[in-house]
Amino acid sequence: MSSTKYMNPYLAGILLGLVLVAAFYFTGRGLGASGAVKSVVVSVVDVVAPDHANNSGFYSKYIGDGKNPLKTWLVFEVLGVLVGGFLSGAFAGRLKLKVEHHPNITSKKRLILAGIGGVLFGYGSQLGRGCTSGSALTGMAVLSVAGFVSMMAIFGTAFAFAYFFRRNWI
Amino acid sequence: MGPLIPQEIIAEGWNFLIAFGVGIGFGFILEQAGFSSSRKLAGVFYGYDAVVLKVFFTGAITGMIGLLYLSLFDWIDLNLIWVNPTYLWSAIIGGIIMGAGFIVGGFCPGTSVCAAAIGKIDAMVFFGGIFIGILLFGETFEWIKPLYMAEYWGQIKLSELIGISQGLLTFFIIIAALLMFWVAEMAEKKFPQKEY
Repeated sequence: MSSTKYMNPYLAGILLGLVLVAAFYFTGRGLGASGAVKSVVVSVVDVVAPDHANNSGFYSKYIGDGKNPLKTWLVFEVLGVLVGGFLSGAFAGRLKLKVEHHPNITSKKRLILAGIGGVLFGYGSQLGRGCTSGSALTGMAVLSVAGFVSMMAIFGTAFAFAYFFRRNWI
Repeated sequence: MGPLIPQEIIAEGWNFLIAFGVGIGFGFILEQAGFSSSRKLAGVFYGYDAVVLKVFFTGAITGMIGLLYLSLFDWIDLNLIWVNPTYLWSAIIGGIIMGAGFIVGGFCPGTSVCAAAIGKIDAMVFFGGIFIGILLFGETFEWIKPLYMAEYWGQIKLSELIGISQGLLTFFIIIAALLMFWVAEMAEKKFPQKEY
């Protein structure tokens, strides 16, 4: 099956902005992603080591008083992202199980780097109170200082480090 | 007048269904734009593909303008829209760690979900890494807390910080974005992507 081309980026950006505005209109909050993973992590820690979770300044914020961290807006939103991405990939003929990597590096190296990148992003998203969607994109749309700072720190750092990782990409 | 759920105009029971629907739209557009490919995402840092810059800034600007217009017509109460608080140092250091994760891993959390959905194994591994990273943060929380809470500026907007109206700030951001789009289009011509 031949895959279809990607959407015009400016059109995609406008549609993304409209989804963002819809999220604001309904819930008063924008989009997000890392918060859903946080909910899962908190739930797992709460099941595996409930005392530890209750005594921690981090996990305890999201549990107790009958609160279920999995029944939150972002968890359902991210499940939607999974379905939406799958539908788009299906329509465009892009569904394929594979490791995408540059010929300079092996699949194994790509997977190790992807894992390290995920760990870094996970840690940074909690320290920075949100990731590219929750802090940078949503924050910028409401003109919050935090949104602009996040955006500049994320993209600026990736730019600054790009030279050192160029063999992996170009 | 929006936002609907915080004002109980529609019941909270709708919350999760709306979240799921918004997520589908979000994921569909990310995939359509090509955000399911780490090579396209990383392209912006080498100039060969600036799709990230174009989609991200067009999206942010559309969001800004959308909110301002909805508020102008009294369809949304901007006072009820959540403004994420600024803790300066954690935003900067967290952003630096995320930026490093971006260039090493090739995804951000949202795009990794979208790429995993179409079968990218590297995205699934990246997504797994996010769990470990968040767990590490949870386990080091007391140690990092002084940095996490430092330099709190409140729920402040950039327009308030520099003392201009939200509309004027948005106008300047649009001009800046148009300049960036122009640079991006030039860069894509100058650094063509090598096929492999």
